[in-house]
Amino acid sequence: MSSSIDAFAAEPMHSGVDEVAGRGIQGRSPTRLAWERLRRDRMAVASGIVIVGLFLFAFVGAPIFEAVTGHDPTTAYRDTGLTADGLPVGPNSEFWFGTDQLGRDLLVRIAYGARTSLLIGVVVTLFALVIGTVIGMVAGYYRGKTDTVLSRIIDVMLGFPFLVSAIALVAVFQPSVWITAVVILLFIWAPVARIVRGQVLSLREREFIEAGHSLGANDSRIMYVDVLPNLVGPVIVYGTLLIPQVIVLESTLSFLGLGVVPPAATLGQMLGDVQNQGLYEAAPWMLYFPMLVLLLTTLAFNLLGDGLRDAFDPGSERTMAK
Amino acid sequence: MLRFLIRRILFGLLVLWIIATAVFFLFFVASPGDPARLFAGRQATAETVAAVRHQLGLDRPLFAQYWDYLSGLLHWPPDLGTSFLNQEPVLNTIVQRLPVSISIALGAAVLWLLIGIPIGILAATRPRSLADRSATVIALAGLSMPTFVLGMLLFNLFFYQLTKAGYAIFPATEYVPLLPNPIEWARHLFLAWLTLALVFAATYSRLTRGSLLEVLGEDYIRTARAKGMPERTVVFRHGLRSALIPIVTLFGLDLGALLGGTIVTEKIFGLPGLGALAVQSVFSQDLPVIMGTVLVTAFFVVVANIVVDMAYAILDPRVRLT
Repeated sequence: MSSSIDAFAAEPMHSGVDEVAGRGIQGRSPTRLAWERLRRDRMAVASGIVIVGLFLFAFVGAPIFEAVTGHDPTTAYRDTGLTADGLPVGPNSEFWFGTDQLGRDLLVRIAYGARTSLLIGVVVTLFALVIGTVIGMVAGYYRGKTDTVLSRIIDVMLGFPFLVSAIALVAVFQPSVWITAVVILLFIWAPVARIVRGQVLSLREREFIEAGHSLGANDSRIMYVDVLPNLVGPVIVYGTLLIPQVIVLESTLSFLGLGVVPPAATLGQMLGDVQNQGLYEAAPWMLYFPMLVLLLTTLAFNLLGDGLRDAFDPGSERTMAK
Repeated sequence: MLRFLIRRILFGLLVLWIIATAVFFLFFVASPGDPARLFAGRQATAETVAAVRHQLGLDRPLFAQYWDYLSGLLHWPPDLGTSFLNQEPVLNTIVQRLPVSISIALGAAVLWLLIGIPIGILAATRPRSLADRSATVIALAGLSMPTFVLGMLLFNLFFYQLTKAGYAIFPATEYVPLLPNPIEWARHLFLAWLTLALVFAATYSRLTRGSLLEVLGEDYIRTARAKGMPERTVVFRHGLRSALIPIVTLFGLDLGALLGGTIVTEKIFGLPGLGALAVQSVFSQDLPVIMGTVLVTAFFVVVANIVVDMAYAILDPRVRLT
């Protein structure tokens, strides 16, 4: 998806005084304008609501489901949660979403699994944005040798085949939540840095940067006061689109058994169970419920990111049909 | 042209050297596990481990080990080490698996180009039409779909359900070589091809649409139309040729990455390619095999990068390589 973001033209900050004549002059920041445009975008608003709902489901819902059903996510309920043949039971009044191959409550596990996936998605993305923005800003601002060195590092990182390298790293350090997050972060900051660098390269030639220099501001002040605020739009948009990518990577590693390790639940690992145990036929609920939550998450973030791009850059062409 | 090619190859070798070094230090220095102990097995006595350490040369100075490793790589055929698991040369194991991964990658590539590019052209020549909007929605849904989720859905639908209904059309196990029986080969690979093709077709249709729309707005397209050229010629001969350039770039990189193994797809459809080998050797802690697969995958990515740059010059006469 990065190609559409590269097209994101940097718009310098300016107050929108000439925006509306008559109605009382009011300075509105580009972020504020974008927010107002976003609120009119029904698809983006709907995605935002779905995302809020998913967070509620995972962070508020998980302990509630646990209390109401009396099932914790890691206990195997061998008596009630498995049939006489030892197969998972389908959705019923005790297990609303059915159970998994060990007789654990699927609903509770999905809620806790969504929590892990969302947490990794958001936290890893935040770190990637900070690292990528700092490195991209330094490379684009100082240019020259600094830029050459940093850009080469970015190129090398982008040249690594992600999944194989991730698997190798996991093999050395043994799978865990932490390793999963670090491995994804290691690869995901590079595209952010490349995009920010491109933005900064064009920003630093603008008049307001020159004005800052002539007023005697030093480099770090110019970067912080003049450059950084202009990166807010692209970074927010890219960040929103990065979250589903991180979640997919985490789910894929967990699906392969190389991400978050049992008994902790994640959506990818639950789907991996269906594959490894060959339970497509015997327990379709184990396939469809986690899959639905996972797809809802990635789709909602992608749609919101799409809406945000339109809101921050109304000149760009709409990619999503209304 | 030749100078450019030499420079690109040198940079590619630099990247490979960095990756080889990173892999070496990761596995033999940073690794918390002891390679000699892994090789000797769990029950080995201290003497056995010491003997193994000597046999593997692990008791020699680190620099000497690194030197041996690098010079081994520079031989022809390159020495990728010996598997801990079956004492086979790693290169042999990888070469055996290569036809599977190549078959998967090439078949999928043909299919996704056949799906993605026509949809992109259709959408670009009728922007904002119903067809365009449906293509957009489907593509966004496709982009939100992790490969393993799509693979599981196709596996369930075309393998389990069809087989259960008495139509065992697509087997989802083992690999059949191309040569004695190409139909069996395709039958065994088709679901893997379809999975990857659908995932990639989403990106390619979006990219084709965006790129072609941009090109069709250019002056030389207006000139061509003004000359009274039929629309078909304008779109296909004049428009598509430059619109294809970003697609060739992406295609080269994607294909390069896939040749090194399609980890998820191979796992779901039980195909013994390089990706399956990588996962398998992680679980058996077979370090030399993991190192070998990382290097071979990186090699494909680097070669793909060089080929892509060459293809630029052929497709776009405006690009001069210096």
